[in-house]
This record gives sequence, structure tokens and C-alpha cells, in this order.
Amino acid sequence: MNALKQYIDLFDETRALIEAQSPALLNAVRANAREQLETARLPRKGSEDYEATDLEAVFAHDYGVNVNRLPFDADPGETFHCDVPNMSTCLYYSSNDAFHSSATAERNIGQVVVEPFSMAAVDHPELMNAYYGKLAKMSDPTVALNSLLVQDGLFIYVPDGVVAERPIQLVNIFNAALDMMVQRRLLIIVGKNAAIRILACDHTQSPDYRYLNNQVIEIVAMQGSRVDYYDMEESTPKTSRVSSIYVDQHEGSNVLIDGITLINGFTRNNYHVEVNGEHAETHLLGMTIASGEQHVDSHTFISHNAPRCNSNEMFKYVLNDNAVGAFAGKILVKPNCPRVEAYQGNRNLCGAPTAKMYTKPQLEIYTDDVMCSHGSAVGQLDEEALFYMRSRGIGIEEARRLLMQAFVADVIDGVRLDALKDRLHYLVEKRFAGTLSNCAGCMAACKKS
Amino acid sequence: MKENEKPEKGNQIIEEAAQAEYKYGFVTDIDTEVIPKGLDEDVVRRISALKGEPEWLLEFRLKAYRHWLTLKAPTWGHVHVPEIDFQDISYYAAPRQKKPGEGPKEIDPELKKTFDKLGIPLEEQLRLSGMAVDAVMDSVSVKTTYRERLAELGVIFCSMSEAVKDYPDLVRKYLGKVVPYTDNFYAALNSAVFSDGSFVYIPKGVRCPMELSTYFRINAAQTGQFERTLIVADDDAYVSYLEGCTAPMRDENQLHAAIVEIIVEDRAEVKYSTVQNWYPGDKDGKGGIYNLVTKRGLCRGDHSKLSWTQVETGSAITWKYPSCVLKGDHSVGEFYSVALTNNWQEADTGTKMIHLGKHSTSTIVSKGISAGHSQNSYRGMVKIAPKATGCRNFTQCDSLLLSDTSGAHTFPVIEVGNDTSVVEHEATTSKINEDQIFYCNQRGIPTEDAVGLIVNGYAKEVMSKLPMEFAVEAQKLLSVSLEGAVG
Repeated sequence: MNALKQYIDLFDETRALIEAQSPALLNAVRANAREQLETARLPRKGSEDYEATDLEAVFAHDYGVNVNRLPFDADPGETFHCDVPNMSTCLYYSSNDAFHSSATAERNIGQVVVEPFSMAAVDHPELMNAYYGKLAKMSDPTVALNSLLVQDGLFIYVPDGVVAERPIQLVNIFNAALDMMVQRRLLIIVGKNAAIRILACDHTQSPDYRYLNNQVIEIVAMQGSRVDYYDMEESTPKTSRVSSIYVDQHEGSNVLIDGITLINGFTRNNYHVEVNGEHAETHLLGMTIASGEQHVDSHTFISHNAPRCNSNEMFKYVLNDNAVGAFAGKILVKPNCPRVEAYQGNRNLCGAPTAKMYTKPQLEIYTDDVMCSHGSAVGQLDEEALFYMRSRGIGIEEARRLLMQAFVADVIDGVRLDALKDRLHYLVEKRFAGTLSNCAGCMAACKKS
Repeated sequence: MKENEKPEKGNQIIEEAAQAEYKYGFVTDIDTEVIPKGLDEDVVRRISALKGEPEWLLEFRLKAYRHWLTLKAPTWGHVHVPEIDFQDISYYAAPRQKKPGEGPKEIDPELKKTFDKLGIPLEEQLRLSGMAVDAVMDSVSVKTTYRERLAELGVIFCSMSEAVKDYPDLVRKYLGKVVPYTDNFYAALNSAVFSDGSFVYIPKGVRCPMELSTYFRINAAQTGQFERTLIVADDDAYVSYLEGCTAPMRDENQLHAAIVEIIVEDRAEVKYSTVQNWYPGDKDGKGGIYNLVTKRGLCRGDHSKLSWTQVETGSAITWKYPSCVLKGDHSVGEFYSVALTNNWQEADTGTKMIHLGKHSTSTIVSKGISAGHSQNSYRGMVKIAPKATGCRNFTQCDSLLLSDTSGAHTFPVIEVGNDTSVVEHEATTSKINEDQIFYCNQRGIPTEDAVGLIVNGYAKEVMSKLPMEFAVEAQKLLSVSLEGAVG
């Protein structure tokens, strides 16, 4: 069986329609994507880098694809009145795969450009042409599939020297009365000495349907730029997501990517970072709290292609019930890249006899003057700490919750936005207490009217 | 001055180290009986016939051979094994006895000289050092010493071919039970053509009074060595087994595809130590042994223990993962490894700890040292089955890089299937600490000696696990292979 075939067939049937509704530069790569998919197969469980994850099974379901780009809902801004306590953001929505702006965004955006590909292709054709599809590896079948079917995306551009005062907030919502697959696509270009903070969160409004988000994000961080990308998933057990983030870092750039999974069905997060300039800094953080049948698989690859750059990774998993967690990370230091410092950590708590954790930290080093290390551990809460708390009159459940919160706290503390940090602590607390509602998880603290 | 530039002295030392000769590179001029090159069913039958094997063993070989035909050579290792022409290898090379038909009364003096050059104890030397040695040259076990004394205790230590004749039931019961012929490409090949090896059986409650030792040597040109070792430790038994390997210098690459199987019953303990010093090829990477072996132990009994210790300094390519299947409750697996690669050597080595029994524990300590243009990888797996509750694993793998053209890699896999087990993994990669060298220099210790001290200290955790006799040799080997390979 080949799950990709149904999508290739769909593309062949509707190619004219897809291309008519898309900017020309998106169409330009479709032939290549089609060719790649011809021979490609989605990885099955047990294949290299997919020890615990069966992508074929995820894509095999018969999802609807909105080829006609029919509008599904009214402006999501009307149903989502969002506000982060103590933080003012420029708010954008994506309903399935269609982007919407909001009044706050238009008022406060300043010099930063945030617009759909269809507009960006007209306003900034040189940037779109130079960077669209250049980082993402077409050899990955999910990237090829995205490139094959994507009709629009979001383009974020911070010109040289511009420091965006307000964070950009992107609320992704699934809302359709049928099983559906969307191709979300982001292209983020941060100019020299520019800075931006982006908050993205994924939600699903109708829990009865199966959704699949196959997204590709490309981030270009120019010399001396600073990029924060916070990505939170809080969807439903029937929502699947395959996310691939590709980053190109230039000299002196500083990139932080933080992936948080609170509620989901199936998730595979790929992080692929090419560090191409000296003194660049990379921070990858990840936190997963999974219970029920949740499946979260993170795969990171950081390639140090220049001397004197450093990277830091920390991924933490808390697994309960039948949850499955997987982490595979590779640090590559190419020849002639001395003075690279790279650290990779993966810590996991297995809280139930049926929870499973797979971890594969890897180092591949071709230069001698480096300091690289990785650490990985799978274990349980410290019995003595639990006993101590109980001896002080704290109930076992409460004690466990407190210790689990403390366990993930350092991933949250890596967040470089204080208001968001507080918000995450609050959400994690609610998540452990089991009182996180479908909407409360939104970073924007939705108050549904 | 550029940061990656090294002091003049350092460069000189690296050059010297690169030119360090392989001191075990000699060919012994003795008659060798070689089956012509090539492999087909007839060759398998001929090997079996030459050794006068029973029908069931021939069947085992033929099944393995037929299975091997369906397999492809694995390519997943971080090593570059060139395509091996399996028809261009001679699968059997036995040192010919001067008087055919009669058992070896005395060892061929030429052969004895070989072992003397290697400095392994045989005959009188042996009594002094108190080791029992089974020497395997090319493919045939030459002589097993000390057998009578061991026999008094009921310990069986003999060559595999003798074991097949004398203890067919034991061999049949255990052969291929830990590493089945379907296990992998090279295991299938070995099962089809294995020529000899050692067989050890320690009966219930016996603590083997001396270290058992085997010395392997590939001598004839264009041959492969396919030995097979089987160690069985019955309830409450203990044995420490040593294995050493060398090969002469040759331009062409030679193949070594061995299998080691170990079975450990209730409360028994087996300690398996290897000092591997096959010819690593010359400084341009020409020649050398392809060391592609399958080693696995089954801790079948409760409270059983298996400990692997290895010092890997030789071979052009090493592809080896001594593993423990911890089936018994409270069983213990250990793996201590020092792997040193220089020039163009490639090593991909590590272990698998499969926890099936409750409260089983395992420890992995791996130290990699890469110099020259070599590539050194640690590849390991720790798997905790869902029913194996209360298990514990600790893994530490450190890599030391001694040149900017070498590589060090770690590929560990961890799978935990329950909530009462704890698994930890740590790995670091760095170059030798310049502050430490500077400190030594400051105290009047030349760089070369300082490096020796630091590397020996770095590897000490593993070296200290080796039995005394081997620790000395291993330490020498390290310093010879390393001689100032750092600057």
C-alpha cells in the first residue's frame, strides 16, 4: 500500500484548479515535488529515524483536501476573542489553511510584513523567489506532499534593523464538518540585526472529525538577527500533525524554537537547523505532556557548518496512560569547525506501566576542538521527594503533580517572554490537573463569547 | 595564531605515531592446508567432511548457507566496507600436521615460535602464568593446554571440533541458540563455514580456577577466519575468558567473521575479555582486517551475570556489538569498551542490552579514542520490555578526538516500555584537555608522556576491568598505538 498515491492522483486530477488559485512561484516547484513523490514512500514504523512512528498509517486515511478553497467559516476573529494577560500581540488566524488578519494586527504591525503568499508574491517577489522552498528538503515525502498541494501560506518578513516590538501571534484553527488534511506553510525571513517573536498555537474546534496538518516552516535568520518561535499544540485526540521546521542561520544569529505539546492525537515534529555562520546560537526546546493515546515524536538535526557556534537542546516528556513518546536528535559538526559547543538533553518521565518512550540521541563529530555532549534519561518521580512531600501533609496526587510541574519547569523557563512564561506555567498546571479545556489552552487565553 | 593550529612538537608527535609500525606483522612459514577459493554447497560439505562432523551439523551448515544466499550485506554501519567478493576467499586454512592421521603430540616448532613472538604463554610459560590457552590459527584450534587439570573439575575447555566429537549432545543443545544462523548476514556466513573455535562448559557450582584464554591469528593469505566460540556456564558456575587476536601484515584485506555465544544459567557469572589487535592496515589505509563479528550472551538464569570487556585497537574495519539478553530476573549485563582508531581505521562498535527479566540491570561504559583520519562510532541499544519491571541501566560513552581529521560519533537507541525502569545515557565528545597537558608540561612531563598519562587515565575505568595478564598487554597496546598521537 502506498498512502501517497491518493494524493498524487488527486493532484493529477485537479492540477489546473490548484495552479489557477496559487501564485506562480508555488506552482514552479510542483513538478519537482510530483517527481519526488513518484518513487517516495512514507516511512513505516521501525525504519530509520521512525522507530516508533508510522507515517504511512497517518496519511492512509481518506482525508478531504480543500482544493477549491471554499471558505468554511466566518472570520475566526469573531469567535475567538483572544488576549494574553500582560502582553499585547499582533494577532493572526488561520482557519484550516486560510489566513485572516485582525484589527490589532493591522494597527500595530509597524514595518514588519505579515501577509499571505498570494500578496507577498506581488509585494516581495524577490524575497519569495529567493527563499521559498529553498531550505525544505524535497527528499522528505511530507515536504514534497506539502509543496505539491499547498495553495497559500503566510509570509513574515522583518526588514534589516527592525526590532518588532509586539510579538506576532498566529492562532491555527481546524474547523470543518468533515475529515480534512491541510498544508500549512510559513516562510519567515528576518533581516540583518532584526528581531521577531512569533507565537503559534494549534487548536481544533470540532473534536469529532479527523484532521491532519502537514506543515512546513522555513526560517531564514540573517546576520545578527534574533528569532523566537514558540509553537504550542493543544488540539484533540483525533488531530494529527506532521510539522517540519527548517532553519538557516547566518553569522551571529540567535534562534530559539520551543515546541510544546499539551493535547494532541499524533504529532511528529521535525527540526532541521543549518548553522552557517560563526557565533550563531541555536536553542531548541521541547516539552510534551501526554496521556491517553497521545503520540509525540520529535526529531532534531543541527548541522554546525561554521566554527565557533553553539547549540543547546532540551526536550522533556511526561508520559502517562498509553502515551508514546519518541525523541531522536542528531548533532553534526562538519570538518574544520573548531570551537563548537553543542549540548543536547532529553529527559523523560514514564508515569504508567503502559507508557512507552523511545529515545535516540546522536553525535556525529568531524572536528577535534569541540565540546559536545548529550544526555538522555528515562525514569520516574523520585520516591524520596514524594515521601518528603507526603510527610508534610501533601496528598500523593498533589505531590506528583507538583513534582511533574517542577520537572518541566526548566523548559518553560527557557522562554524569553515573561508574560508567556507565566501563561505556560498556568496552562501546564491546568493540564496536569486535568482541567485544561479545549479552548483554555490557547496561548492567547481565549474567552469564547 | 589560528586556534586550530598546534605547536610544532605536536605535529611531530602525530607524524611519529602515524608511522608507528605494526609490531605483530610477521608471517609464519608453516604448511597450511587450504581449500581453494570460493563458496558453494560443496565447499560447505567439504569443510564438514574434513572435520568429520556428524550429519546434524552438516544440515545446520547447509541451512545457514541457503539462508545466507537470500541475504544482503548490511550497509547501515558508519563504516565503509567495500563490496567483498565472497568467492575470492578461501574458507578453510588449517596448519597441516606433519604426520597426518595422528593427533598433535607436539606443537609445530614454527607455530610455537609464532606464539612466542606474540608473547602468549604456552607449554612451560603457561604453567608460570597459570592460564589455560587454546590457540586458534587461521581456522583450526592448534592446541589446548591445561585440559587435564580442568577436566578434574569437570570443566570442558577444548576446540569446537573436538567438542563436536566428544560432547555432541552439549554442542547440539546450545549451538545457534543465542545467535541463530538467521541473525544477520555475517552470522549466517559463519554458521555455514565456521571451521573451529573454542568450547567451554563449566558444570554446576564450579568456579573455574584459572583464566581461560584463546589466541586467534590469521596467517595464510587470502583466507578468512570464521571461528565460533560457545561458552556455557551452568548454575552457580564462574568463568573468566580471554580472547586475543593478531594477524600478519598483508596488502589485501582479510575477512574475520566470528560468532561468540554465551549462555549463563542461574546465579552463574561469565566474564569475557577481548584484546583485539588485528592488523589495522598501513598508514595509508591499505590492507588490514575486516572484523565483522557477532557476539551475544544470554543471561538465562535468575541472578546471572555477563560482563564484556573489550580493548579494540586493531582492524581496518570493526563492526561488533557484544550484547546481553537479560532474560533472568535480577540478571546483570555489563559492557566496558575502549576503542582506539588511528590512520584510516573505522570502528563501529557498541552493545545491546535487552532487558526481559524483572529487576535486571546493565552498565555500559564506552571510551572511544580517534586519531589520524579514523572514524570511531559507538552504537548501542538499551531496550526494556514492558514486563521487565524495575530495570536499571546506566550508559556512559565518551569520545576523545586527537586530530582534526578524525571523527567520533554516538548512535544510542533507548526504548523503555514500562514505568518502573530507569535508563540513563550520557555522552561527551571533546579533544584532549590542553590545560591538563599544560599542567603536565609545567611539571616537567613532556607532551608525549602527558598524553599517555591522560589517555591511560581516560581509559582506566575500562582497563581496570581486564584480568591482570591482559591489562598489561592492553596498556602496552594502547601506548604503542597511541605513541604521542596528540599534540
